[in-house]
Amino acid sequence: MLANHAKLMKFFMSSGEIVGRKKLQKMIYILKKCDVPFEEKYEFHFYGPYSAELTVRIEELCNLGFIAEQKEKKSNYYQYRYTVTDNGQDFLNQSMVELPPFEEKIQQMKEKSSRFLELVSTMLFFDHLSNSEIEEKVQVVKKSSNYTAEDLQQAWQFIEEMKQLH
Amino acid sequence: MYKDEQLDEEKVFKDPVHRYIHVKDRVIWDLIGTAEFQRLRRIKQLGTSFLTFHGAEHSRFNHSLGVYEIVRRILFNFDGRPHWNKDQRLLCLCAALLHDLGHGPFSHTFEKVFKLDHEAFTRQIVLGDTEINYILRRVEEDFPQKVADVINKTYEDKLVVSLISSQIDADRMDYLQRDAYFTGVSYGHFDMERILRVMRPLEDQVVIKQSGMHAVEDYIMSRYQMYWQVYFHPVSRSAEVILTKILHRAKELYETGYQFSLKPTHFISFFSEKNAVEDYLKLDESIVLYYFQMWIDETDPILSDLCVRFINRRLFKYVEFNPNAQMKEWMDLYQLFQKVGINPQYYLVDDSSSDLPYDFYRPGEEGERLPIHLLMPNQELKELSRQSDIVESISGKKRTDHKLYFPMDFIEALPDDQPEKSEIKAILGLS
Repeated sequence: MLANHAKLMKFFMSSGEIVGRKKLQKMIYILKKCDVPFEEKYEFHFYGPYSAELTVRIEELCNLGFIAEQKEKKSNYYQYRYTVTDNGQDFLNQSMVELPPFEEKIQQMKEKSSRFLELVSTMLFFDHLSNSEIEEKVQVVKKSSNYTAEDLQQAWQFIEEMKQLH
Repeated sequence: MYKDEQLDEEKVFKDPVHRYIHVKDRVIWDLIGTAEFQRLRRIKQLGTSFLTFHGAEHSRFNHSLGVYEIVRRILFNFDGRPHWNKDQRLLCLCAALLHDLGHGPFSHTFEKVFKLDHEAFTRQIVLGDTEINYILRRVEEDFPQKVADVINKTYEDKLVVSLISSQIDADRMDYLQRDAYFTGVSYGHFDMERILRVMRPLEDQVVIKQSGMHAVEDYIMSRYQMYWQVYFHPVSRSAEVILTKILHRAKELYETGYQFSLKPTHFISFFSEKNAVEDYLKLDESIVLYYFQMWIDETDPILSDLCVRFINRRLFKYVEFNPNAQMKEWMDLYQLFQKVGINPQYYLVDDSSSDLPYDFYRPGEEGERLPIHLLMPNQELKELSRQSDIVESISGKKRTDHKLYFPMDFIEALPDDQPEKSEIKAILGLS
């Protein structure tokens, strides 16, 4: 029961704390692309891969009291912070869901900015193309983000590292 | 040139939502006539909702024409405005018309069970060896790729993409009104003509003139009401739960070597995860319902029973369920169902609001998802919920839902002296 919710709870448990919905969206997408079997459906949006299904599922986890969401006011926008509650831990203890190890991947991603993860997830969205085609596509769909050649280089390196990690 | 060719006389389709759908471009007329587009007549827009709202038999064909018509009207209003490049007109119209091309029978359920992606199928149909591709290539060699990119939301011109896919796009404006019309509910109505008049093209998105805020509030309200009253209707969800279980059961039987009386030829590509587009195009809801009718006579009691339920509308009952407070009850129920010989894998099913392919307006966090922007008189952009109390109140409310579905008739048929019967009924709140 609620297997997809339980998978997300495992993610939150391993993360300790996630700051920012955008970061959360991109992290789950990158993990999916690393063969972690999350089932939330993603589409390409203005800011890269985005899952409306994930947004609703997070709301459900909040309403069920499994994760706590703190809304923080920034200069001209709001940011959200997520942590697992005691009820969430109980739920997870009863769950039978198994996932491949991903703790190291999560730690690596947490250290990166959401802007960088947006770039990485956008590159992974086009992973059916060749590397040069991916770079061209990123410059087309992310024109206004002004990613530099150095950003792209770092993103490639990060993708490689992610594939090696647990 | 083919891309500029106009019909000698404008063709019109009578439409109950937009009154008339106007076609003058030869390319659009030819696309409508393709086998792949005609297939959409045999796929219902609202999946299982016809079992709740008997009028909801409208198809993705109707809806696709509707989205095309809305985009056509938007572009008529955009003509001559800054930021609008009229060379993109035919691309927008084609993408609007073809945006749902990759939907399959009972699309959402089919995708979930077989782990498919209708957008990937749309791309394959547009780019593959199809009648659609032949017509698009007559426009320009790279035109199919452009259409696929717009539908996939990865096209370079974000303004073009936002007409077909954004928080206030032609797709949503059509399906809300069309679904309201065909279900017969009174919630889905809003003043679309007003919204179209106050839409303004900007460099990378469509925005709404601030004076049109109240018309957009009405649209947001209609989206919210339709979500809870139609899309998440518990009876339609019950039918969807059964549909899901039929497909899972048939796949499981195929994998374990069960000999079907009627070989599931049309499903084999999906049971075996081949998922070929040519097999996908041969599937529609009339084919699926034919198999369900025939599977009633299968010897597997679960497949047969589930098909009887779907075809004859003997749906599961439901109770509200809180997975936090009632986790233990659920585990007890699971064991009780096993004890009395009702397979809980198929007959005890939880369903959540996140299992639905619809949502209502949420502005989201900065950089998470592009919200609806109002264009203020000083040319500043403001996010809608910051300006509208009504929208703030709806979008700030985190309403979600979980239900538990089960076959009441199976439970009632248990002997009264069987102790598990009263235990099950007590947990489900039926006694």
